[in-house]
Amino acid sequence: MMSGVEFPLWAALPAAVLLVAGGLFTLVGALGLLRLPHFYARMHGPSMGTTLGTGCVLVASMLLSSALAGRPVLHELLIVLFVVLGSPVTAMLLMRAAIYRDKARGRLKEE
Amino acid sequence: MSMVLDYAVWFALLCFITAMLFALVRLLHGPAAQDRVLALDTFYVNGMLTLLMLGVRSSSQAYFEMALLIALFGFVGTVALAKFLLRGEVIEPW
Repeated sequence: MMSGVEFPLWAALPAAVLLVAGGLFTLVGALGLLRLPHFYARMHGPSMGTTLGTGCVLVASMLLSSALAGRPVLHELLIVLFVVLGSPVTAMLLMRAAIYRDKARGRLKEE
Repeated sequence: MSMVLDYAVWFALLCFITAMLFALVRLLHGPAAQDRVLALDTFYVNGMLTLLMLGVRSSSQAYFEMALLIALFGFVGTVALAKFLLRGEVIEPW
């Protein structure tokens, strides 16, 4: 496992904690997507889960690859940038689309 | 010490795969189109995280580039789908 690489303690322990936390956040977000009653409630789960879970996992990945290379490796910040910029934009666009479609079908009262 | 990290990576992989299954269920019978787009968004992010976990396990750089491409194209795809739901067109003619 792990290609026989032995990581130092200062990298392995925080990375393990971050990986478990990221996995749990993402799982809870997806569970919310599956179980919540209507679309406007379902919107919240994955937005929180993906942003927070991706952040945790990418910090862990940065720690491990830095420990492996013996110098700071920061290119995972690119994915963090795309996810942190992209997630609110997609959430906002999808919410606007859902409101528009529900109004067009008369399922949502005009305020 | 690598043992704990190994278990953590396995746990995270299981979490992401379960999350992908949940998103797949929502994708297959979401009542409205916007539910399906949201499920697709969750699905690609979890696929990207699974690839990152595989990259951590194998200490290889190739997985990182795949994850970067998935993050970029998934974002563009979700924005295009949301625009389609909003306007009925992705790129509108004059």
